[in-house]
Amino acid sequence: MAKYLLLKHYRGAPAGRNDVPMDRWTPQEVSDHMRYMQEFADRLVETGEFVDAQALAPEGLWVQYGGQGRPPVTDGPFAETKDLIAGWMAIDVDTPERAYALAAELSAAPGARGEPIHEWLEVRPFMSEPPTIEE
Amino acid sequence: MSSPVDEALLRTLTPRVLGVLVRRGAEFAAAEDAVQDALVEALRTWPTEPPRDPQAWLVTVAWRRFVDATRSEAARRRREERVKDEPAPGPVPGTDDTLQLYFRCAHPSLTPSSAVALTLRAVGGLTTRQVAAAYLVPEATMAQRISRAKRTVSAVPLDQPCDVATVLRVLYLVFNEGYSGDVDLAAEAIRLTRQLAAVVDHPEVAGLLALMLLHHARRAARTTPDGALVPLAEQDRSRWDTTAITEGVAVLQAALARDRLGEYQAQAAIAALHADAPSTAATDWVQVVEWYDELVRLTDSPVVRLNRAVAVGEADGPRAGLAALAALDPALPRHAAVAAYLHERDGDLATAARLYAEAATRAPHLAERDHLTRQAARLNTAREAR
Repeated sequence: MAKYLLLKHYRGAPAGRNDVPMDRWTPQEVSDHMRYMQEFADRLVETGEFVDAQALAPEGLWVQYGGQGRPPVTDGPFAETKDLIAGWMAIDVDTPERAYALAAELSAAPGARGEPIHEWLEVRPFMSEPPTIEE
Repeated sequence: MSSPVDEALLRTLTPRVLGVLVRRGAEFAAAEDAVQDALVEALRTWPTEPPRDPQAWLVTVAWRRFVDATRSEAARRRREERVKDEPAPGPVPGTDDTLQLYFRCAHPSLTPSSAVALTLRAVGGLTTRQVAAAYLVPEATMAQRISRAKRTVSAVPLDQPCDVATVLRVLYLVFNEGYSGDVDLAAEAIRLTRQLAAVVDHPEVAGLLALMLLHHARRAARTTPDGALVPLAEQDRSRWDTTAITEGVAVLQAALARDRLGEYQAQAAIAALHADAPSTAATDWVQVVEWYDELVRLTDSPVVRLNRAVAVGEADGPRAGLAALAALDPALPRHAAVAAYLHERDGDLATAARLYAEAATRAPHLAERDHLTRQAARLNTAREAR
């Protein structure tokens, strides 16, 4: 088993094929999208592959050590060009192919006109622990 | 044969058992650990071996755990005397013990998250695992948070007068967390507030209990089966829990009759006006605004002023609501959502849609974000259809 992070972006990913802002969908299309995401996560819990899912607020700051005895240095809000992560799902699967298949399934979530959004998701393997058996 | 453990009974007994140990001279932090061990043991063994006297069983097991845990070279002599002189399971500790326990666990020297965790474990009788699951943090993290909290309050003398407001703030936080995992924090907060109301005579304790009951009554109507938020105006009021409303209103009326108004009573009064109305349109918004005026006077909170602007919008029309809103800082949480609602009521759908979309990007919860996105989508769809 190996863990993968499926990363969803507010900005910075290539545009999906059905890239309509969500507030331009119908309320029913928004609800259908939410249900699809929830059911996807529920299915992964059932197959024993779900690890974690979280969403991030779009706003935030850069923060840096400001030196001994000084307050943290902050910079923000983020520039419009900054790659912006919207959230993630962590999964634990047997093969990279399974991770890609699940990412594709997530990217098929319905959007405007009920058609798949074809959103680009970033798939990143976790660094794992060294194996016990060395040779 | 095994039967499920009566967890409600276990939770009710927890503060009493802790009171017995402390009264026997056990130091608070160690006594609380021992009671927690006894709880976990009870959850394990009671299904197959239910005790005849649950409280006596818990006291005995907790006391033995306490004695075992304090075993050390230095303490050996004293401990052996303790074991030899082990007192019988004494009378139920007085109400003062329970009250002192509430005060200690909500002590102002604790951070809110520590006070909440300690209260749920020591007063509420939840296991560390349950508290951790409810707040979505690892169990080891929660165990550390609780043990640090206990170290902080261990030195607090028990005879100094305490402010009941600190306890109410902690219970309010627990209630507002709703429920996640297998613990219903809202129900737990109601139980703890009810228990507190039984040992302290204070109109604000009653006010908070009424507030919780009146909001809890709406729970079934507040979300759709797939978890989407349903705003107050659109809730199916026939699904509100009339038993909880009746109790909440009765508790509130008794509190208000004492003529010592506080913020929880005022909030409960607003909830009671909603509970009383068959629809948003039939709500006595003028009285709701008057209660918000009281709340502003009592708390001077900008969030209260924001909610007041909504009520003004209902009582005197959306223009009046927008005027009330104009005096407030746009950086306030939910400011954009309130502005969107008032603009929609005023017929300016384009501005409302833009503000709903903006509010969605600033929403603190996923359910709220999805709700605001749907609102923007609804208005944009309606505008395109025209």
